[in-house]
Amino acid sequence: MSFDDDAYGALTDHADDARWAYGTGFADPLAGVPTAVPDGIDRNDLATYCLMLGDDALVMSHRLQQWVTRTPELEDELALANIGLDLLGQARLLLTRAGEVENAGRDEDALAYLRDPTAFRNVRLAERADEDFAHLVARLLVFSCWRLPLLDRLAASRDPVLAAIGAKGVKEVTYHREYAAQWVVRLGDGTDLSHQRMRAAIDAILPLAAELFEPHEAEVRLAAAGVAVDPSVLRGEFDAAMAQVLEAATIETSEKTTAAAARRPDGPAEGGPALGGQAQGGPAPGGEAPGGQAQGGPADDTGSGRSGRDGVHGPELTEILAEMQELARALPGGVW
Amino acid sequence: MSAADVVAAVTDPELPMVTLAELGIVREVREDGDGVTVAITPTYSGCPAMEAIRDDIVTALRGAGFGRAEVRTQLSPAWTTDWISESGKAKLAAAGIAPPGAAPRRSAGPVPLALGLPVESVACPQCGHAETERISAFSATACRELRRCPSCREPFEHMKEI
Repeated sequence: MSFDDDAYGALTDHADDARWAYGTGFADPLAGVPTAVPDGIDRNDLATYCLMLGDDALVMSHRLQQWVTRTPELEDELALANIGLDLLGQARLLLTRAGEVENAGRDEDALAYLRDPTAFRNVRLAERADEDFAHLVARLLVFSCWRLPLLDRLAASRDPVLAAIGAKGVKEVTYHREYAAQWVVRLGDGTDLSHQRMRAAIDAILPLAAELFEPHEAEVRLAAAGVAVDPSVLRGEFDAAMAQVLEAATIETSEKTTAAAARRPDGPAEGGPALGGQAQGGPAPGGEAPGGQAQGGPADDTGSGRSGRDGVHGPELTEILAEMQELARALPGGVW
Repeated sequence: MSAADVVAAVTDPELPMVTLAELGIVREVREDGDGVTVAITPTYSGCPAMEAIRDDIVTALRGAGFGRAEVRTQLSPAWTTDWISESGKAKLAAAGIAPPGAAPRRSAGPVPLALGLPVESVACPQCGHAETERISAFSATACRELRRCPSCREPFEHMKEI
């Protein structure tokens, strides 16, 4: 039965349940994909890595969805909904893979809906709330300029699932980056007011980029084994794309912003080990943490490390999860 | 009717004018002892139609008398619009959706970043005018973009090359 023939009938067509609602047993997105873990790879490392890339996409997707009904034009609603949907698709594949590799009985839903903020491994850039549309496109630009070369290299991973996710995702993030870049240029090279606001957004967001290139210990081990991408190798391609966009947008970043973008997020560049230490919690020395939201307050000190990759997040992630997880936590296993 | 024929004739839930075979997402249909195993490739990572497609394939196979029907996902190689058949493209055009041209070829090195509008000729599916303009790179589904024709002034959708 189809909508064309009988819309009401189609809604109650029980042979067709999986089509109609959340909670009706959607099959997993990796159904039938070979799930073996490559030889010599630590399962915990691989699961952690899949969570990192999956959480980045999931949290960013949620922030994009929050813009739907709030954008200036219908076309941008469609654009952000589509970009959010692509990232949600990438997140589903990556979280499913994380659950399989971890082998503790957690599927994509358990990982998305039933973890606490300190168990999330996303970079803080992904969770940051957008003050205005300029902040959004600045954040999407930085995120895409980093994720694109990452997925491109991931396509050569020894892990066949990550390789397939990378090869597919690179096509999608290519047009995400174009969308964000074209808006940054339009606003930056626009009126005095739009230039001023776009520049302020870049100054606020670019310092968050430092965390993106700071390798986590699991990434380093997996990169050495040919499975993951060491994010520090992405810096050159990221800088080149950002420079191309900012030049066309007539935006010159301040020295303060450039220095902050090159620094580690929570500490001085020459500081102690990036990983394994106690969370320091305070803003970076020099006090240039932007915006006072994702980074300005004391970092959550329940994580074991110092970055989003170690589970150290701002209050904004808690806000996102409160919204995203509310239904699943209120009605565990709910189906209708 | 073979299982392959049954699967090939299932139509896409979002683009009901084309079949899954014409869309190029069916990778394999294998009949074994007690049933059928089908492999399909997602068009986009987040394509919400995948569950509906899987469900429609199972329903069609059961309706045609096949006992066990299993649909598995094949991620690699990634789907490309180059896999849409000529008849599929003709049906899209007849339904007012401009079909995709050849997918872009990647050269070695970093993915290039285009800051201007893409230079591509998409003919208007309504009046045939050769040059049309992009309104937005996005539309009602992930695979389409919005364009307009300066000649007949009609807006239309174009299936993006990917």
